[in-house]
Amino acid sequence: MTSHPDGPVLEARGVSVRFRTRAGEARALDGADLRVRAGEIVALVGESGSGKTTLARTLVGVQRPTEGQVLLDGTPLPTRAKALAPFRRRVQMVLQDPAGALNPRHTVYDSVAEGLRLHGLSQGADGRGEEQQVADALSAAGLRPPEPLFLRYPHELSGGQRQRVLIAGALALSPQLLVADEPVSALDASIRGEVLALLLSLRETLGLGVLVVTHDLGLAWNVADRTAVMYLGRVVEEGPTEQVLTDPQHPYTQALLSVVPEVEGLAPQVLRGEVPDPTHVPAGCRFHPRCPALADGRAEAAGVAAACRGTALPVLPIAEDGAHRAACHLVTPPG
Amino acid sequence: MSAPTLTPGALARRRRAESWRRGWSEFRTHRSGLVGLGVLVVFVLVALLAPVLADSDGLSVTKATGGVLEAPSAQYWLGTDDNGRSVLTLLIWGSQVSLMVGLLATVISMGIGTLVGLVSGYFGGVLGQVLFRVTEWVLVLPQLVLAIVLASLFDPSLLVISAVIGVTSWPGTALLIRAQTLSVKERAYLERSRVLGAGHLHLLRRHVLPNVVPMVFANTTLTVAIAILNETTLSFLGLGDPTRVSWGSMLEDAFSVGAITTGSWWYLLPPGLCVVGVVLAFTLVGQALESVLDPRLRGRR
Repeated sequence: MTSHPDGPVLEARGVSVRFRTRAGEARALDGADLRVRAGEIVALVGESGSGKTTLARTLVGVQRPTEGQVLLDGTPLPTRAKALAPFRRRVQMVLQDPAGALNPRHTVYDSVAEGLRLHGLSQGADGRGEEQQVADALSAAGLRPPEPLFLRYPHELSGGQRQRVLIAGALALSPQLLVADEPVSALDASIRGEVLALLLSLRETLGLGVLVVTHDLGLAWNVADRTAVMYLGRVVEEGPTEQVLTDPQHPYTQALLSVVPEVEGLAPQVLRGEVPDPTHVPAGCRFHPRCPALADGRAEAAGVAAACRGTALPVLPIAEDGAHRAACHLVTPPG
Repeated sequence: MSAPTLTPGALARRRRAESWRRGWSEFRTHRSGLVGLGVLVVFVLVALLAPVLADSDGLSVTKATGGVLEAPSAQYWLGTDDNGRSVLTLLIWGSQVSLMVGLLATVISMGIGTLVGLVSGYFGGVLGQVLFRVTEWVLVLPQLVLAIVLASLFDPSLLVISAVIGVTSWPGTALLIRAQTLSVKERAYLERSRVLGAGHLHLLRRHVLPNVVPMVFANTTLTVAIAILNETTLSFLGLGDPTRVSWGSMLEDAFSVGAITTGSWWYLLPPGLCVVGVVLAFTLVGQALESVLDPRLRGRR
């Protein structure tokens, strides 16, 4: 299934999120552009601290951007909580930790019905009552038959079941787009495949667009149509998954891929150090202090070493033709 | 589908009834909780049936029929006090005051404490800070002195005593609730609820409060104990309702007539044991309730 060019589309344009901390202003997001269409699975990958979760939270409207905009079908997100209700019905989120994301005092039924009740949809427009809608959502999330689970509490469920209940809770509102933050990182390897297969089948059956936030490139390879790589609050490379992961342009993506055991033909490049402190984003290319291409002289040979250290890169724009792009002086020499 | 014809209302009722039933069967497995509940029921019955169990004439000093500090006998099961009144009659009538002041003061204290703790913990910011400072300020004021000052401003009555105790004993609860709220506030299920479209009121009512309630219950048991003890103290200092007999005022009388030195244990022990019994019963019930209300504690005893 390919993306629907006319279907709903969620976009982040130049989104920045800044937090004031003791150490100064932290730029958790520093001008990130991203687009997710219905019927398309987009993977957002990056190290811890790269801002992928913040971008996901901004896209679902629980984190307000300091700068930039989130747009649904070209319309900016309203700022008033009441006006956000229609947006919430169309864009839902599945959180990282299924054990913590379900209220331990609520039964499965209550957790799944919560969204319906909040939006006054307990009597569905299509004549389905609340119980029927909850049962349908649980079935759609692969929990069949749903009735025996209604009165269970989260601690009585397995990790995979909890994740499916979370997904069901989001599906109950019949969203068009789903943002999944590390949907399988807390699950056993045996269950990961099932949950990922569920996401793929939801795209097939419901035409759902899914943004999967992950640190696992293998996961991106397995499920995503497009992959965006984030570094220090910005998207540094984006394009069709096959191109990004088989022919990475950005030295950062190359380094990430080189240490994936299944990838052959790339000499392992272990990046030194952590992602820099977001209160002190390096000048020039934000990746240059850790860049292997700058360290081994490739940048020097290409004549861009000075630019790497001194010239900031523009925000990687959303490509209308879906082309593979990278924000790197080596790829697009300055001037 | 188990019951596709049920309306949502009937379904909700069915599920609520089921959870009550499950709660009760869970409670029944706590033997100590059942014992506490039994003791409480007995005390409440005694308090409610006081006019039937003991003639109120027995409270009148002028109509006293016994001798001064008589030891327990067939006629006076728990002996008599210094005015010749039956200690048992005083004890039965005293349970009314002690229980009522204890419960009323606890309701007031819990109400203020929970509200202040929830709001200051959940909202933070300037409002939260101000409420937090006010809480700390009231906390450092000596509670007894404050209660004495407040009590002396009004004509003593049960309501005034309850209000005074309630108004001076909430800061501990507020701090506890605030701490719990701060921790619950960061849980992922609040974020999930927010994404689903929940506002502050929904989050507080459906997510924060239910997860704080076990703390409230656990704390209630202590507050009832403190309230009953405070009532005793205020009565002892002559700030209680002088027209009503309470366990506190009985203890005070016992001390003032020298029940200890004369060996009149029957005047001293019964009210003391009653206070201990009620406090213990509340604690046992509170512990059992806490585990019923917190599904995670189930099966872990």
